[in-house]
Amino acid sequence: MTIRRDPLNLVVAGVGGQGNVLMARIIGSALLKNGYFVTMADDIGVSQRAGAVTSSIRISKKRCCGPMIPQGNAHFIVSLEPLETLRMLNKYGNPNVLCLSNLRTVFPAGVLLGRDQYPALAKLREAIETLSKEAWFIDATDIALKLGAVVITNIVMLGALVATKQLPIRKEDIQEEIKATLRPSTHELNLKALDMGLNVIK
Amino acid sequence: MFKISDDAPGSCQLMLGNEAIARGALESGVQVCTGYPGTPSSEIIDTLATVAKEMGIYVEWSANEKVATEVAAAASFAGLRSMSTMKNAGMNVASDFLQHHNLSGTGNHGGGMVVVVCDDPGGHSSSDEQDTRWIAKSADVPLFVPDDAQDAKDLMKWAFEISETYKVYCVLRSYTRLSHATGTVKVGELPRLKREAHFDTSQYITPETPFIVQLHKTAHERQDKIQEVFESCPFNWYEGPEKPKLLIICSGSGSPCSREAIDILGLGDSVGVLKLATLWPFPKRLVQKHLSRVKQVLVVEETDPFIELHIKELIADTKELAGQVKVYGQGSGHMSHCGEVTPDKAIAVLSKIFKKEYIPRNYDYAQKVEDVSNQMLVPRGAIWCPGCPHRASFWSLKQAFRKDRRNGVVTGDVGCYTLDIWPYGYHVTNLLHGMGTGLGLGSGFGQLGRFNFNQPVVSVCGDSTFYHSSMPAIVNAVHHNANMLAMILDNNVTAMTGFQPHPGTNTDAIGNPARVVDIADFCRSLGCKVAVQDPFDIKGTTNKILEFLKDENGVRVIVMRRPCELIRMRQEKRQPYKVYVGEDKCKGKKCSYCTEAFACPGLTIDGESDKAQVVEGICVGCGVCVDVCPSKAIIREETVK
Repeated sequence: MTIRRDPLNLVVAGVGGQGNVLMARIIGSALLKNGYFVTMADDIGVSQRAGAVTSSIRISKKRCCGPMIPQGNAHFIVSLEPLETLRMLNKYGNPNVLCLSNLRTVFPAGVLLGRDQYPALAKLREAIETLSKEAWFIDATDIALKLGAVVITNIVMLGALVATKQLPIRKEDIQEEIKATLRPSTHELNLKALDMGLNVIK
Repeated sequence: MFKISDDAPGSCQLMLGNEAIARGALESGVQVCTGYPGTPSSEIIDTLATVAKEMGIYVEWSANEKVATEVAAAASFAGLRSMSTMKNAGMNVASDFLQHHNLSGTGNHGGGMVVVVCDDPGGHSSSDEQDTRWIAKSADVPLFVPDDAQDAKDLMKWAFEISETYKVYCVLRSYTRLSHATGTVKVGELPRLKREAHFDTSQYITPETPFIVQLHKTAHERQDKIQEVFESCPFNWYEGPEKPKLLIICSGSGSPCSREAIDILGLGDSVGVLKLATLWPFPKRLVQKHLSRVKQVLVVEETDPFIELHIKELIADTKELAGQVKVYGQGSGHMSHCGEVTPDKAIAVLSKIFKKEYIPRNYDYAQKVEDVSNQMLVPRGAIWCPGCPHRASFWSLKQAFRKDRRNGVVTGDVGCYTLDIWPYGYHVTNLLHGMGTGLGLGSGFGQLGRFNFNQPVVSVCGDSTFYHSSMPAIVNAVHHNANMLAMILDNNVTAMTGFQPHPGTNTDAIGNPARVVDIADFCRSLGCKVAVQDPFDIKGTTNKILEFLKDENGVRVIVMRRPCELIRMRQEKRQPYKVYVGEDKCKGKKCSYCTEAFACPGLTIDGESDKAQVVEGICVGCGVCVDVCPSKAIIREETVK
């Protein structure tokens, strides 16, 4: 498997507590084993919970790139929250960008406190579609909840990401990383979540 | 999964910049590692602490950066290799010692010592953009600035060698985009060098008079020798054509950003990059050599024009270069002295110099994405966590001030309680600067009564901040009988930087049992009037604050004691209360007291029913809102124990 651009710029976005930093680590580690130079930057911000969290991953066969993706230069955006997908499109989007987005909304504090209004999901989805070359939407949170644990939403997303076939990572690579990274008692559940994610994208 | 204590020489691993720094120290045989937490530096000690026992090293979260550096220096004086870590602001605290240790040196048998400082250009999590390179320069000590994780690990090792050879501590400066970026690192061997600590008492190590001028001279001679080494070291490298039209001289984040810009603009045949990793002493001859090949040079660095000024000095001092080389940088207005260097800034400046148009994305798309974002994007700002004791403490303070009616002044401090001045805080805090400043300012305001100052003064600081640098301030306030109230928010952890222990916790960084230095006991021993309050008791706390505001007899202290909710949740894994809204009593949007005034994200007003609602998955069941709701509409039921 190869990358269609070098460097390939991947953005992993979400909200504090959704586990996208772990998700980025798993992707990065799998890519490293496949012989790529990987550079990642985490923008965690100040808040422990519910703040925006972004990881950028830069993948190259040639050298270690800088951690920051230039504006408008993402090739793929994978996001655990739809508003964050738009936030990343605003910063890194371009007519050729691909998006994989979870559909489950997480309201920012300002929305909960009645100071801001969260956009209608249908409109948000439409905007993401208009602003990407191709967009995949899944309700990864729903799938995770059906499997019994909201915390595996990120692994469902990982499965879907592999299924888009846009990254040089195979299902087996992620399975290996899950086994190497996560607690053994959670392996079965996480591998199930990965499979569920893989099957959502056709 | 790779651990930094794994001995896997030659293998490539993904590492956070801070982990790479920690690994570099381990590969150097470091035995004593200290620090005070501060973003973006904290993960260095956090990481080392997790492997301290198996590596047989000592790791300590010290009370502040100065103490940390002194603890590390003691090990170095006794022949061990040691390091201290801190963020940019912390280096100011350590500086008093660092500006003397530079002259005394590490002694006859000193172990290598490296001070790691992490700057935060852009102020992602700091109150400033301070450029600490000047501190190393003013101290006349070797300064290293890596440009990626591999460089960080390798430079760390080399810094220990230089330190030990030249008997002076070295400074390794990192920054957010290095400390918090993860990169590929080829690891080396772990030596597990076991040295025994011993201090040779035949020597005395001091920069005191009458030695001072001689020592100062020696320090400069030492720097001259180190400069010779820096002139030809492999960490300073050039990449590009033999005779570039433009030479970029860069360091740190400027290096990847410059290379990116050259790639994107396709300027590889015209532009060369000289990356400098050793900034002080400045490798003059190396830079001279490269300057002599070009007519124009661009300096890409953040934040201050450190390299730029030294280059300009060099050009002015070199007969062949004077007036011959055009320098683009901050002086010419091409680069900025504020904010981070980004690939986009580097692209912009190169496209300006080469008059090469660059459009990151086509105009239609840019317009479209801007329009949509303006309509739909709402911010996701930081807010006190649901169940945070600080929200309750500040709520009570706000209520007490409302009742007190004397226009109280709040001098704040650095920690999670800083969020009070952020958009979702209560904005009670009036003054907020560096660590420990809250109590120091309080001590000052507390003297102004003699000039008819009649507003009550409350100084707020956290537990870790109290030990860090508020203790001298409160001693000063007590000694001078300042009229002030100190409100100490004791959540039993250094929360903001990732839950590090401090002198008030019963375990240390490594996990060994530690003696608790109790803040309330300490303040009582000073003779202060002290109360310990559970901030979740809103009524009791408000009354206590009111009472202490009115008693204007010297320094009064209220310790707000309740563990950080994130720690409590981790340990207890259950919510204390089931909280819900009794809809018949809730007045909905026209009241909005719980959402607009109290501003806990665990509550929201449901548009359809026009009633407040507990947000599932966000509310942690602290139950404080029950005592806040003016309609008594919120109900809490104890969960089964």
